[in-house]
Amino acid sequence: MQHAPTIDPGHETSTGIDNRKLLMWLFLASEVLFFGGLIGTYLLYRNSSVAPPCPTDCVFDGVTYQGLFDIPFTSISAFVLLMSSVTMVLALAAIQRNNKRGLGIWLLATALLGMTFLAGQAFEFTEFYHEGLTLNTNLFGTTFFVLTGFHGAHVSVGVLLLVSMFIVSQRNDWTKEHSLNVELLGLYWHFVDIVWIVIFTLVYLIQT
Amino acid sequence: MSGAVIGQQRPTIGEALRRIRLEAATYHGVWSWIATVDHKRIGLMYGATAFVFFLVGGVEALIIRLQLARPDASLVDPDQFNRLFTMHGTTMVFLVVMPLSAAFFNLLVPLMIGARDVAFPRLNAFSYWVFLTGGLFMTASFFTGNPAGAFFEGHLGAPDGGWFGYAPLTSTQFSQGTGIDFWAFGLLILGVSSMAGGFNFIVTIINMRAPGMTLFRMPVFVWMTLATSFLIIFAMPIITVALFQLLFDRLFGGVFFSVADGGTPLLWQHMFWLFGHPEVYILILPAMGIVSEILPTFSRKPLFGYPFVVFSGLAIAFMSWGVWAHHMYTTGLGTTANAAFGVATILISVPTGIKIFNWLGTMWGGSIKINTPLLFSVGFIAMFTIGGLTGVMHSMVPSDYQQQDTYFVVAHFHQVLVGGALFGLFGGIYYWFPKFSGRLLNEKWGQLHFWTMFVGFNLTFQPMMILGLLGMPRRISSYSDGLGWGFWNMMATAGAFLIAFSVVAFIVNVVVSMRSRERVGGDPWDGRTLEWAIPSPPPAYNFATIPTVKALDDFWNTKYVENEAGIPVPVVADGANGDDEEDAGHGIHLPSPSVLPLIAALGPVFIATGFIYHGNPWLLPLIPVGAVTTLVGLYGWALEPVTE
Repeated sequence: MQHAPTIDPGHETSTGIDNRKLLMWLFLASEVLFFGGLIGTYLLYRNSSVAPPCPTDCVFDGVTYQGLFDIPFTSISAFVLLMSSVTMVLALAAIQRNNKRGLGIWLLATALLGMTFLAGQAFEFTEFYHEGLTLNTNLFGTTFFVLTGFHGAHVSVGVLLLVSMFIVSQRNDWTKEHSLNVELLGLYWHFVDIVWIVIFTLVYLIQT
Repeated sequence: MSGAVIGQQRPTIGEALRRIRLEAATYHGVWSWIATVDHKRIGLMYGATAFVFFLVGGVEALIIRLQLARPDASLVDPDQFNRLFTMHGTTMVFLVVMPLSAAFFNLLVPLMIGARDVAFPRLNAFSYWVFLTGGLFMTASFFTGNPAGAFFEGHLGAPDGGWFGYAPLTSTQFSQGTGIDFWAFGLLILGVSSMAGGFNFIVTIINMRAPGMTLFRMPVFVWMTLATSFLIIFAMPIITVALFQLLFDRLFGGVFFSVADGGTPLLWQHMFWLFGHPEVYILILPAMGIVSEILPTFSRKPLFGYPFVVFSGLAIAFMSWGVWAHHMYTTGLGTTANAAFGVATILISVPTGIKIFNWLGTMWGGSIKINTPLLFSVGFIAMFTIGGLTGVMHSMVPSDYQQQDTYFVVAHFHQVLVGGALFGLFGGIYYWFPKFSGRLLNEKWGQLHFWTMFVGFNLTFQPMMILGLLGMPRRISSYSDGLGWGFWNMMATAGAFLIAFSVVAFIVNVVVSMRSRERVGGDPWDGRTLEWAIPSPPPAYNFATIPTVKALDDFWNTKYVENEAGIPVPVVADGANGDDEEDAGHGIHLPSPSVLPLIAALGPVFIATGFIYHGNPWLLPLIPVGAVTTLVGLYGWALEPVTE
């Protein structure tokens, strides 16, 4: 997204690493702590709710409540997000070969996969809401919606950036000189993807 | 892609922005400050703003002290008292010491490493503007935290949960009004500013060093900036999560900290102190860096044990992650946890002690020149040592059980934050004032400032140690006669007003000195580091030619060589006195000024206001308004060329 630098800063920095790339890595490192705090809170409060509904089957006052998680459905949306990392890599590979059209196609594909994931999340949130889970229902509701909601917000920002980069790159003459922009967005996108793998594993798959 | 993109699409706005940039680039007029991306100007704005907040936080402290001067006082009621001490702590930590440190990072780091600016000049401007808007937003809570007009009936709207904001004190049940919401959003906004600054300075220090400026040739202040910046970018996300959780509880009925729903208020304490203890070192490490620069200059000796000072600073930063629960001994974590955190806390005093010995070793045998910067530095060492030792007392679990929530703790952390951080920062102001103004601060006023502050400081906080040991609890708005606390409280109040007097002396000093006609050259102190090699005040481009560094204290080595006895003797002048030529620097491309960081920084306060009053249909639209403002700022910023 950034304007292409007139001088390649890679040759000017003390370490040879581009300033913007270093910035992105530092930003992602601090994001680890952000998601660490949210995931840690979820795990701390797992099975602590004093009222239904729960992620998996649970019993309150002798009544069994069916669990909310639909693992096959969420597995598919997790797979969709994983695949968006592949298309992101293809976008970078395209611009590194000076293929502006290929860049555009793969950026759009990544954005569409991201939007599919978001649609899945919107569907899941709606389902849970109809099953009686809101932000105020119980600890599960509060921790689940805030954690996955912040992840969804990160994906949304990513989609916004992907679409913006698609427009800017196609309206201008992007060549491999601009590939760093794509690489930086890719770093962010892969990070958000990895965070989902962690959330999916810890929140959905491992139930204790 | 070129900068003309904006101009072609929106000729009027594009042209207006362009004119502002051109006008600002002349370095004259208001726009040249508003649109500046020059690290020196941003540093000065940081410093001036933080000083204004220092006066605000100081007035809050004086009201607190007036209330406590005598038993059974009723100057303020308990509710007002809660709000005053909450805002005093929050203001001094987030709006004074952190931004004052940021001022020094901005002013000094590029000069010390031989760079023309920071790695991301516009991001730097963004940090400042977010700090300013966040600080004003937080302070506005005095007026806005309660229904309109309540302020004028004596109902302060400011937050009342303490600077630590413990759950459930901050829940809507125990804190009505919107003070806590302003507090939480204010801290979130200030966190954005701090993190943006943290990223910027890490990249600057790692990547923008002049040729030959290896890591171990960097001044200690630069090292401490690096350590502090890493602490900031890793600690801030944790408090960010906690503040979001608090806001979800307060605004949208979440149950994070609700005991009735199975939640635990202790989660807040863990998150807060996991941020809060590194924060303590975020406050003190920059001052340690400043002192490590001042002492060698006025002892005319290199810093004693440079690698030890550097590594002990890094060790402190690393270990600061493993000591947070020493704030929570009495919460019932259990013996094992308490013992482990106690040991870690004792251990962290080791690198701190190493630094103190190295500072003493630096002065030992030096030809010491006593002036205000040195006095503040020596005052720092003495006061910080007392503060550190009382800290070791707190690390002992049984001892801490007695001291928890007493004035002994208040005395301890003021000892390290005022006697430590603030003394160091004032020393830095006296030391680098000539570099950025071209004028020395007046020495007579300076010494008056130091001595009144030093005496006032001890008169304020040593009695608090005694009060703590006598059992006086923190955060009480009044106490009964006959407890034996009256005398020491009166002493503390007298001391607080002496500190206030010393601050007035400082302000007079700045005014008197700025009116003085005397000018100094680039190197008034016979300094050791690169910033003294260029004129005072430095030109916009800092260095006409980027220096090549050959050693630690490189600038000193261009001025002196050691004779056989190891005594520095001046190098025979070969015409190069270190000062760059006056009219050099033509053809150096500097980043162009930009107002877009300011526009981007305006959004968050609108968004926060919209969320706080989301039940009000007139104010709810502020959320999209703020979001669009920030997006316009960020997109314009991304598409605008860095230089023209």
